[in-house]
Amino acid sequence: MSDAVIRIRDLTRDYDMGGEVVHALRGIRLEIRRNEYVAIMGPSGSGKSTLMNLLGCLDTPSGGEYWLNGQEVSRLSDNALARVRNREIGFVFQTFNLLPRASALGNVELPLVYAGAPSRDRRARAEAALARVGLADRMHHRPNELSGGQRQRVAIARALVNRPSILLADEPTGNLDSATSEEIMRVFGELHAQGQTVVMVTHEADIAAHAERVIVLRDGRVETDRVRQEIAA
Amino acid sequence: MPVVEAVRMALRTIRMQKLKSFFSLIGVLIGVTFLIAVVSIVQGMNAYMQDRFANGLIGVNTFELRRMPAIQDNVPEDTRREWLRRPRINYREADFLAERVRTPATWARICFEDNMPVSAGKWRGKIELRAVDNEYFRVKNYDIAAGRTFTAQEERAGAAVVVIGDLVREKFFPGLDPLGRELVIAGLPYRVVGVLAAQGTLFGLSLDRFAAVPFTAPARRELCAENVVHEYWAKTGSPTAMQAAVGESEQFMRIARRLRPWQSNDFYIQTAEGALGTWQKISRVLIVALPTLVGISLVVGGIVIMNIMLMAVSERTREIGIRKALGARRRDILAQFVVEAATLSAGGAVLGIGTGLVLAYVVKSLTPLPAAVAPWSIGLAVVLGVAVGVAAGVYPALRASRLDPIAALRAE
Repeated sequence: MSDAVIRIRDLTRDYDMGGEVVHALRGIRLEIRRNEYVAIMGPSGSGKSTLMNLLGCLDTPSGGEYWLNGQEVSRLSDNALARVRNREIGFVFQTFNLLPRASALGNVELPLVYAGAPSRDRRARAEAALARVGLADRMHHRPNELSGGQRQRVAIARALVNRPSILLADEPTGNLDSATSEEIMRVFGELHAQGQTVVMVTHEADIAAHAERVIVLRDGRVETDRVRQEIAA
Repeated sequence: MPVVEAVRMALRTIRMQKLKSFFSLIGVLIGVTFLIAVVSIVQGMNAYMQDRFANGLIGVNTFELRRMPAIQDNVPEDTRREWLRRPRINYREADFLAERVRTPATWARICFEDNMPVSAGKWRGKIELRAVDNEYFRVKNYDIAAGRTFTAQEERAGAAVVVIGDLVREKFFPGLDPLGRELVIAGLPYRVVGVLAAQGTLFGLSLDRFAAVPFTAPARRELCAENVVHEYWAKTGSPTAMQAAVGESEQFMRIARRLRPWQSNDFYIQTAEGALGTWQKISRVLIVALPTLVGISLVVGGIVIMNIMLMAVSERTREIGIRKALGARRRDILAQFVVEAATLSAGGAVLGIGTGLVLAYVVKSLTPLPAAVAPWSIGLAVVLGVAVGVAAGVYPALRASRLDPIAALRAE
């Protein structure tokens, strides 16, 4: 268990839809090691969003275990989960989810605010994170003054600023054209090269092709789990 | 998340939506405006009534014996008729009091007429004429600007001399030194021997529009009948002495008038405190009505703010989801919205303090009503503003803090 960032055992998630129980996840077993670059794929309804929410500690499972960085997080309280989200997870969303009224810098500082970092420290770290994604010259722009690719890079900077264990991306290129998608994938590749663990949900095969490992879900179960060399071969 | 951070965040949000924020805090603004303006005016009136009205008209440690109260408000008709049936104060009673009251006091008899025609050279007009014992000037604490008051000789002889108020000097002796000149009263020339220092005005009426002649002068007959005293004034050395003297005076008046224990006084002892009675009634009404008015506006203001905050929560559901995903705990979201409501409301209070002060100032400069800003009312306004905001913000903030992050992130 030494270098496993994520260890999941028999993870299930049931939803009660007006008396009818929907089994979104029917027992997932999964291990993701440090500095892996994983893509999770699957048709809609396969449970990949549910898994994503569970991995991101936005939701708690109905059954099974979830160890994140050596901590069992599936039974944590609301507050403890918030803390885990803040420290261990960096989210990148399809729709960027930046605060429209805050500057790029303000958005990137947000996780640090909730981490309780002192304000001078915050600013320096946010600036460094923005520089890391190549936006040093756009720090004071609002989201609506930035292109889609730039917005997503702000979101990536925000995800990274607390040095999370995993970068969790949910269809990160879903709202971008293919050229910009490539640009974002390059950023992900660089981060991975620098040692960042990346988990990405996507339904696009060419985006998933950037990952070194591809997990395909179907009907709430892992259908295939392959390392890229095998795919390429 | 520290409060400073939350306040900064709230200010940014409020700045983004200036107009909406402004409308939402109008209720608090009006409430606080009321509070500041009314308290200022009441306080100003209190000070004014105390200093100018009570002490100016009657005087410190001073009281007067009269047939009936000088200030009559809303007196029932039968009471007024009873007052008019009362005997007037006579010389014997005045002497009796001066002789028997043991508390040291300076006594002075006075008769007066509000509109007495007088003339000096080509100038004619009506002034208040008072016939007084010489002690009157000491009792009233009048400063002599020029000349002197009456001599014992003049008083004994009932000499035709007069001491004039500042306005009389100005009207009847413009640009002249009035000393030694003549003021004609009831066809008889009176020699001006003294001029009093200006007293100023009370509610816009001059306190200097009068002249005083010796009680023994012939003009007294124009003011009151023989053996009648309109007011019998007494000045004592201290508040306790005054209380004692008032008590003694009442007792000896009852003796002089042979009143039985079951009979009520058929005279009236006017003190500065008594003169304030009417004003105290008005100010009490204002002070009682004020919290009601302020309370209603603040409750309305609070409801408006709560509504705005509920709208803000549903408009910003997505933002709340984002914040939660980034690690905001429930209490962070709670604090954010409570602080935002409190900041909004405190902003309304601050604006209200501003408009209240302006209103008080406008009232002060446009009407004879004085206004004095009470620092405690400003402090109270700020506290109330924040309290209303917190109270109005808690429920919307609780709703925000309980949102499910996944659902919130999906909201549009």
